[in-house]
Amino acid sequence: MDDAINILQNEKSHQVLAQLLDTLLAIGTKLPENQAIQMRLVDVACKHLTDTSHGVRNKCLQLLGNLGSLEKSAAKDTEGLAVRDVQKIIGDYFSDQDPRVRTAAIKAMLQLHERGLKLHQTIYNQACKLLSDDYEQVRSAAVQLIWVVSQLYPESIVPIPSSNEEIRLVDDAFGKICHMVSDGSWVVRVQAAKLLGSMEQVSSHFLEQTLDKKLMSDLRRKRTAHERAKELYSSGEFSSGRKWGDDAPKEEIDTGAVNLIESGACGAFVHGLEDEMYEVRIAAVEALCMLAQSSPSFAEKCLDFLVDMFNDEIEEVRLQSIHTMRKISNNITLREDQLDTVLAVLEDSSRDIREALHELLCCTNVSTKEGIHLALVELLKNLTKYPTDRDSIWKCLKFLGSRHPTLVLPLVPELLSTHPFFDTAEPDMDDPAYIAVLVLIFNAAKTCPTMPALFSDHTFRHYAYLRDSLSHLVPALRLPGRKLVSSAVSPNITPQEDPSHQFLQQSLERVYSLQHLDPQGTQELLEFTIRDLQRLGELQCELAGVADFSATYLRCQLLLIKALQEKLWNVAAPLYLKQSDLALAAAKQIMEETYKMEFMYSGVENKQVVIIHHMRLQAKALQLIVTARTTRGVDPLFGMCEKFLQEVDFFQRCFIADLPHLQDSFVDKLLDLMPRLMTAKPAEVVKILQTMLRQSTFLHLPLPEQIHKASATIIEPAGESDNPLRFTSGLVVALDVDATLEHVQDPQNIVKVQVLYPDGQAQMIHPKPADFRNPGPGRHRLITQVYLSHTAWTEPCQVEVRLLLAYNSSSRIPKSLWIEGGEMAPQVETSIEGTIPLSKSVKVYIMPKPARR
Amino acid sequence: MLLSHVVHTAATEVCFPSPLSVLQGEGPRASCGAGAGQDVGRSCILVSIGGKNVMLDCGMHMGFSDDRRFPDFSYITRNGRLTDFLDCVIISHFHLDHCGALPYFSEMVGYDGPIYMTQPTQAICPILLEDYRKIAVDKKGEANFFTSQMIKDCMKKVVAVHLHQTVQVDDELEIKAYYAGHVLGAAMFQIKVGSESVVYTGDYNMTPDRHLGAAWIDKCRPNLLITESTYATTIRDSKRCRERDFLKKVHETVERGGKVLIPVFALGRAQELCILLETFWERMDLKAPIYFSTGLTEKANHYYKLFIPWTNQKIRKTFVQRNMFEFKHIKAFDRAFADSPGPMVVFATPGMLHAGQSLQIFRKWAGSERNMVIMPGYCVQGTVGHKILSGQRKLEMEGRQVLEVKMQVEYMSFSAHADAKGIMQLVGQAEPENVLLVHGEAKKMEFLKQKIEQEFRVSCYMPANGETVTLSTSPSIPVGISLGLLKREMAQGLLPDAKKPRLLHGTLIMKDSNFRLVSSEQALKELGLAEHQLRFTCRVHLHDTRKEQETALRVYSHLKSVLKDHCVQHLPDGSVTVESILIQAAAHSEDPSTKVLLVSWTYQDEELGSYLTSLLKKGLPQAS
Repeated sequence: MDDAINILQNEKSHQVLAQLLDTLLAIGTKLPENQAIQMRLVDVACKHLTDTSHGVRNKCLQLLGNLGSLEKSAAKDTEGLAVRDVQKIIGDYFSDQDPRVRTAAIKAMLQLHERGLKLHQTIYNQACKLLSDDYEQVRSAAVQLIWVVSQLYPESIVPIPSSNEEIRLVDDAFGKICHMVSDGSWVVRVQAAKLLGSMEQVSSHFLEQTLDKKLMSDLRRKRTAHERAKELYSSGEFSSGRKWGDDAPKEEIDTGAVNLIESGACGAFVHGLEDEMYEVRIAAVEALCMLAQSSPSFAEKCLDFLVDMFNDEIEEVRLQSIHTMRKISNNITLREDQLDTVLAVLEDSSRDIREALHELLCCTNVSTKEGIHLALVELLKNLTKYPTDRDSIWKCLKFLGSRHPTLVLPLVPELLSTHPFFDTAEPDMDDPAYIAVLVLIFNAAKTCPTMPALFSDHTFRHYAYLRDSLSHLVPALRLPGRKLVSSAVSPNITPQEDPSHQFLQQSLERVYSLQHLDPQGTQELLEFTIRDLQRLGELQCELAGVADFSATYLRCQLLLIKALQEKLWNVAAPLYLKQSDLALAAAKQIMEETYKMEFMYSGVENKQVVIIHHMRLQAKALQLIVTARTTRGVDPLFGMCEKFLQEVDFFQRCFIADLPHLQDSFVDKLLDLMPRLMTAKPAEVVKILQTMLRQSTFLHLPLPEQIHKASATIIEPAGESDNPLRFTSGLVVALDVDATLEHVQDPQNIVKVQVLYPDGQAQMIHPKPADFRNPGPGRHRLITQVYLSHTAWTEPCQVEVRLLLAYNSSSRIPKSLWIEGGEMAPQVETSIEGTIPLSKSVKVYIMPKPARR
Repeated sequence: MLLSHVVHTAATEVCFPSPLSVLQGEGPRASCGAGAGQDVGRSCILVSIGGKNVMLDCGMHMGFSDDRRFPDFSYITRNGRLTDFLDCVIISHFHLDHCGALPYFSEMVGYDGPIYMTQPTQAICPILLEDYRKIAVDKKGEANFFTSQMIKDCMKKVVAVHLHQTVQVDDELEIKAYYAGHVLGAAMFQIKVGSESVVYTGDYNMTPDRHLGAAWIDKCRPNLLITESTYATTIRDSKRCRERDFLKKVHETVERGGKVLIPVFALGRAQELCILLETFWERMDLKAPIYFSTGLTEKANHYYKLFIPWTNQKIRKTFVQRNMFEFKHIKAFDRAFADSPGPMVVFATPGMLHAGQSLQIFRKWAGSERNMVIMPGYCVQGTVGHKILSGQRKLEMEGRQVLEVKMQVEYMSFSAHADAKGIMQLVGQAEPENVLLVHGEAKKMEFLKQKIEQEFRVSCYMPANGETVTLSTSPSIPVGISLGLLKREMAQGLLPDAKKPRLLHGTLIMKDSNFRLVSSEQALKELGLAEHQLRFTCRVHLHDTRKEQETALRVYSHLKSVLKDHCVQHLPDGSVTVESILIQAAAHSEDPSTKVLLVSWTYQDEELGSYLTSLLKKGLPQAS
């Protein structure tokens, strides 16, 4: 450091000086504790502040910002150095002639603030002057500084120039930043719009001004379209807009009273939302959202503007405004005409927009029954136009119904098209639109006990059916004259007390406790339990993950028991060829299932992984035994034994911490006999393994807290087209694939698309990371293009498209273990060890035509 | 003693060679079509700046078919050729009220100098002129009109400019174009001679629309800003409401199977509405066809496709994937389509339903209440458009036919001029020294003028037709300073401070419009003059009975105590010096009790010398 300072004193070149100061800055930041050094560096920086080059001054200010301190006590310790007020020094450079230095000065000031020094209030006035600077970077930084000061001294009072009034500093700053929303440079506009959102202390009077723009035409006051809409609504008439001049200006305005350039906050958001650059519009929408969340009255007022943003030309802006609306929806109730505009967006061809809107409708308050009806009609229209939105719409109607039971009640006869005297035709139960209506009604009926009286007979039948098939959408109802299905389920019981959860626990415990029953009984019990669990998973979607996970584990166990029960172990070699096939198949299936358990569920913890790996080890042992019995000759067996023992060794290394939990298990016994196995001949190894497999106990699989099965549905291609996709052979055709993924962790790396051609040729396609979108927690959406190509066919044929989950078991295990072991396992090299089918396959009809010459 | 800052007074003149017609209400600047009885202004402004004459816009009035149609160019120069008098002509955009008289001006009156305009204007302007010529000459049979060849010849004189490109017209005159919104290729121009500059806005729009961005200008601080003021007294509502209403109406009509007629002018709003409908159709996945009348519009659309850099952010960003003007849903209209069943939307010209295709279609569709006509702009009195907008339901057509209008009639105002707030915003952006309002009604301008003067504290003018405004400016004149002098000054004081003026002694030499500031020695040497010494002497009478030496000593001690930072010396010969000022004491010849102090200083020490005299005149403090 001393060297650097010494060189600094003799150096002439500005560039070198700047670099040296940079070095000092780096040194200074590395030694935050050493006050003396910092003081010294600050001193050096102050000396060079008068340099003629902007680069040097820039660096000096940067250094001051990073190292300068306010504490006077520290200054006293370093005697000899004058007590310097860093803020004042930096403040002096606010009026430097070079804009870059001015920017650096403001940045340094912000840096001081970030480091926790309290800035003086006097800076505020200086910063305000910089707002009218010629250079955008200065203005942009100044806006930030003003914001910082306003957060520090929100309540202090500043005078308004040219009048005797005084206002709070935060209000004044708010006004100034609002003014910057109509700045000439869009960078500044974005900055200003963003910062507005975080000024929550501003008084509501100022806040509401931001949405106010006094309209006039030929000096006469005009009402905005929003005001007109509101009036028409309150007068009970719908907006016509049909008359020419229904926006005719009304009262005369006093010319003196009109202020064309408001110094205050007037119309800031009106301008921001109409800005040319979508960056500014998005920033304004975000700011609006934040302010509306803190002020309900403001939320009410900004509604009209947000609704307007639903028609923006850029999809991102539309999406953002819909999300914003959802966030503030607790504070607001939509008027009918607003709802109308909101619902119009349902026809948008972008799925993202529609889904966001469905989510918005889930938590919207509607004021009238007409509103509900309108929403339902529009949603049904949406459903016919885009059938893929089915689930999203049902979910939306579920919430709409449960939020507005009293508004739905008067609509019920109309919706169900019941008639007081005549029986009407029973609607088709599979019609998604009819289901949508029922979802709305049933959810409303949950809190409205008078509603079921209006149902006709078939409605009750349909209720029973839907309650069973779509239990997540249809709540339990207290129906007259029927069993009280609902008594069990009330929303306030915790999952542990939930009977279905209890059922799950009990059935699992029963299995685990009855491990020493006779083989026949165990098998039966397992089969029943698996069946129960599967059914449970279908009924209770929140338990589906756990149920499936446990069922899979039990199935593995069942397979293992069955394989071991085979008579093959007793009969002579030539006879059991067929049986051994069965056992081999079982081993293979267990392996697959274990991979599924390990990789297809999110939320699997280490203790489950141990059990899964243990199961896999057992499967491998089984494989070894069967192969040993069917193959003649010892040589291949040697290799297999060796490999198996390596696996055991590896298992031991990886899960050494968990071994105590595996008492009495297969591996426990195996490890006891390890020294013997290492030296034993293959035949002997096989024999030991065989006995051990039979003796090993059934391990208890602890249930993880949160477990979800990964799943995927291909929405597009729908696989219903009869028209083949024709293309010239040898060239490619792009197939749009649209799929939703649930509970897939890190889909960018593990989800693949597989295409199976009729000739058995399979192709794996890696989608780009950008093709995945994340619309919500645990949900992903894959929208990608798959390129198909083949040689010429004589007839159109179907190819299968499906999603795969690629896994690599070594990825879970720290690499260092492998290296320590000194053995290079082949799996490490290939990143994909195997794949698990993730979705059902979809058939696509294609026809590669021979190329014409 | 000379100051380095020289103030000169120059003048910028703005003349209006013709009566400026004024626009009424929210009127469109009609660009084509049979312009019968339209009240459209004719822009033509002459600016003289730093000895250069520039003509801004060359518009025509479409309401007249006699000589009043074109500006009176004889006003510019009574005798002599226009080419000699004008240095250049600038056209801000392609609307006929800004460029309509150009062929007349250049070919019939005679002008051979350069004409500057942006590329889109250069491309579209001749189409509109030709279209207008056809209607005026072929249909109405007007005489004394320019020919097609004249339009071609005129366009040969055009020089295209890019946005933000500084074009050097000659050694001193330079012009620069800024984006103005309004229509494709509309520009604001900065005209600069030396350090004087004028900004002319043409027509501009401060709020972006579906196909164009907002006008923007940097803080160029011109001496004069000439701005349009069509909407001087209007503050407009958000554009979104209007767009939403428009889309909703069209959508509803199409959904119930009705036909929508939108009468438009071929250029400008038509493209905006097309984009609006096209994107809406795309978003909502609608299937009903949209038609656009052929001919002029097709040609114009072609140019819109080419000039993507002039459009707004959205179109510029997405044109790589798809050019927004390559309409997917909008097809060319055929006469036969008007009778085909099913819903459709048709854009047809002209915009006021007074003739042509739009009127034909209107007559066919007016009978059904399912159909709708949307008027996107102002309609002049007397046109069918105006009649139906004012609620008339039975129209008398030619041949005594009565047409009953059952279809719905809607009005939408889509206008691309800056409103009062927008004008103020632009003035704030450019920070001019003076503002000049044109292109508006006097009464409305009065209001805006008052506001501008109040808010920005700059003077504002609103000249009447044919009036000339002369502004005096205070341009800064660059003066070269010799390095020797500068270094000497630097050595004396601290670093220069940008905020504080410094006094500097030197000699200003003005030699063939070249200013130099040099040290006086050098000046003397260069000019071959001998140096004169100027010395001031002054006598101060002091009442002092003591001897001269003692008096001198008292003076010395007094000055020593007062002038602490000056070098005060008492010389052996009895005189006192302060720096180079000499003070001698002598007894008065008549009254010995009065002493005379002789103070002498050179011209250079004037300041100190006069201070000393005044100090001594106050007398010496009583000896203690």
